Amino acid sequence: MVEPLLSVEGISHRFGGLLAVDAASLWAPAGSITSLIGPNGAGKTTLFAVISGFLKPTAGRVRYGGEDVTGEPPHRLARRGMARTFQITKPFAGLSVRDNILIGAHLRHPARADALAVAETVARDVGLGELLDRPAHTMTAAARKRLELARALATEPKLLLLDEVLAGLNPSEIREVVPVIRALAGRGLAVVMIEHVMQAVMSLSAHVFVLAEGRIIAEGSPAHVTADPAVVEAYLGHGAAAKVGAHDVH
Amino acid sequence: MKGFLLIAIVVAAFAAVPLVVHSNVTLNFLVVALLIALAGQGWNVLGGYGGQYSFGHAAFFGTGAYVTAVLQMRYGVNAWIGFAAGIAAGSAVGAIVGTLAFRAGLRSSYFALVTLAFAEVLRILASVAPITGAGVGMLIKLDLRAQSFQFQSRALFYLVILALVAVALVTAQMLERSRFGAWLIAVRENEDAAMALGVDAFSIKLGAMVLSAAITAAAGGFYAQYFLFVDAGIAYGTWISIEALLTPVIGGVGTVFGPLVGALAAKSLGEGAKLVTGDVPGLDLMIYGAMLVLVIRFVPHGIVGAFADVSDRIKRRVLAARAPAREAVHG
Amino acid sequence: MPSPLILVAAVLNGLMTGAVYALVALGLTLIYGVLHIINFAHGALLSAALFAAFFAYQILGLDPYLAVFVLAPVFFALGYALQRFVIGPAARGDERNMLLVTLGLSVFIENALLYAFRANTRTVEVSYAFKSIDLGFTFLAVPRLVSLAAVFAVAFVLWLIMALTDTGKAIRAVAKEKLGAELAGIDVAHVYALTFGLGTACVAIAACLLIPTYYVNPSAGNAFVPVAFTIVVLGGMGSVPGALIGGLVIGVVESLAGFFLGESLGEVGIFLIFILVLLVRPRGLFGSST
Repeated sequence: MVEPLLSVEGISHRFGGLLAVDAASLWAPAGSITSLIGPNGAGKTTLFAVISGFLKPTAGRVRYGGEDVTGEPPHRLARRGMARTFQITKPFAGLSVRDNILIGAHLRHPARADALAVAETVARDVGLGELLDRPAHTMTAAARKRLELARALATEPKLLLLDEVLAGLNPSEIREVVPVIRALAGRGLAVVMIEHVMQAVMSLSAHVFVLAEGRIIAEGSPAHVTADPAVVEAYLGHGAAAKVGAHDVH
Repeated sequence: MKGFLLIAIVVAAFAAVPLVVHSNVTLNFLVVALLIALAGQGWNVLGGYGGQYSFGHAAFFGTGAYVTAVLQMRYGVNAWIGFAAGIAAGSAVGAIVGTLAFRAGLRSSYFALVTLAFAEVLRILASVAPITGAGVGMLIKLDLRAQSFQFQSRALFYLVILALVAVALVTAQMLERSRFGAWLIAVRENEDAAMALGVDAFSIKLGAMVLSAAITAAAGGFYAQYFLFVDAGIAYGTWISIEALLTPVIGGVGTVFGPLVGALAAKSLGEGAKLVTGDVPGLDLMIYGAMLVLVIRFVPHGIVGAFADVSDRIKRRVLAARAPAREAVHG
Repeated sequence: MPSPLILVAAVLNGLMTGAVYALVALGLTLIYGVLHIINFAHGALLSAALFAAFFAYQILGLDPYLAVFVLAPVFFALGYALQRFVIGPAARGDERNMLLVTLGLSVFIENALLYAFRANTRTVEVSYAFKSIDLGFTFLAVPRLVSLAAVFAVAFVLWLIMALTDTGKAIRAVAKEKLGAELAGIDVAHVYALTFGLGTACVAIAACLLIPTYYVNPSAGNAFVPVAFTIVVLGGMGSVPGALIGGLVIGVVESLAGFFLGESLGEVGIFLIFILVLLVRPRGLFGSST
């Protein structure tokens, strides 16, 4: 069997006394969208931070492209082709949209002219073509999410980690971004997304992992995990599955 | 290219000054202003473009000055070679301080504190070590020959410091056009986001610190040759740490011409005040301190930044005025 | 081997020096704990307070120990005004701006003092400057004993303010969670200014305790700055007990180091310890780990 591009094996991360991630494993193959869902505070963002090198795991391994990359710093992982967005957007506030994306494009294109050309193409791909000269700090929340995506894409990644890029967008904005993400997988990228917008998760992802209280409690196709009583309990609280089940019967 | 052309025009204009002005007082004023502009451009590379505010650039200025002086007087080394060695030594101090501070993850206040402390340590050491002349300081022997980096005419000194400033201006302009510079600015704006995009924040900051230290050390070396005297209070004194950051802050942090504009503005005010009240100790620094506070309060982007803001506003107004016209055509 | 009694004397002396350090550091750490800025003007404000104490004695004939009760409120008001009308509006919440503004203030104050009073060093002559208590094996200088007692008194009053008054509660709320405090209707700009005022009042008290045995010139306060910074970093930025204990410890260490190594190494030593502490433990010994 071919090893998936990303495989996370038994990752744990402890903040002081709090075990934020507890022996979590997941994988993501190229050309496919994998979702990581779970209630707030489940440890999803912490797990992303470990994968992308911002936090060192207390235990476990991160394998990427067939190599153990556990504990490598973020910039080196980015060079290997791993890109991420931040849930709380981190624009280079003083720079224009163009210069924001330029920073990402510079990773593969040392010459300014080349990097600028790439930045403009990427901006158009994600629908920021009109805003290229806008200072980042004047953008709406929705546009900032796109900027996060554009910067990450400009690094020409093989693996894209998206941390709630749809959160806070209105339905029409979501309808615009969803095809962009789908197209990325179509181009052969491995996409892993943390997402609360279940509609998007259901329609986009091939495989879903569910994280609750730091543990992976379910995985499988979207239809499979949403039918899992353990997942329903994790979201709605103890005993919820029985109630929902009872409701279904009547 | 527009940026480089502007630098060429500005430098040419400055170079023409000695053809018109023969007053030693004026030339001396300009030499000192350019010297401060050079030290400030060094600070600007790290602080303006990189967002790492150093309160101890005296560490680099002083090392440049002392190494230039000590190599000549103690070891008979040629002044120009001493000057080059001073720049190298200043860069080395930058590399050491930068490695320690950035490895320890020191940011903002902590970084300012640690740079300040290093400058103070060097000042105290220089004021007791026999090799630096300790408390007495060190005189450089008068030898008015170009090969000794000393000149009969003040105009030649002026042209040398102008050439150094020109190199620093071109360096800053190249920084704005290069990947290194783009990454440095990214680190200033948001270090985490920069790292996620493949920027090795530590190396970038360290590189900026070394470049910054080299430029400020060059100012120190020139100081030694121009005044032919160095002591700990001058070379490693807080005054130079303050002037090095004051000039870009006044002129505009993270802009090519900020330090030059700021140095001319600060020195003009300082000298102007001396004309009014006489040369009372503390007067110029008192004015600089007030300027620092007032500029941050009222001109937060500095003089160059304020001009850019105004021209942006005009551009936007012109565009806004055109937009309805275009709509009318389409309608 | 020196006699243990001499060592005890050195430790006692160190504690008394450390008391003033602690007082200067207390103001610094209080401001850091709430505003999260390093007040680079602290040393210059100390110089200004030393001048104030000096002239209060010289011109008004006010004993430094009585001047405390005038100068502490005056400097509280000065600190309040500085933060409210100068530092706050200029910095607009940007940390880099705050650094530059307090540095600018420091340069301004120090050089305004130099401009007004020149670099001359002045001292006051009070009758009790050389009074001491004979312990048999050593003499304890009375003014320094007063300092030690005063520091504990100030720390106690600060603790009372923080623990019991509404103002103290507001200050603690802002220190912990600025946004939450703001939402709860606390006037953050006012609390910032109050805190800066308290920190500046600490400096004024330190100046009154120092002036009987110390000297004043425009940069006199700067001598305490590296020490105070070291104490604040060592004790944990923002930690009041940290500053108190840190101050006493540094005083003792300095006294013992001076005893064993000689005075000349002292100044460099303080800076080297400071750098080392910054590089190794930026959160300090008493700071929280999160």
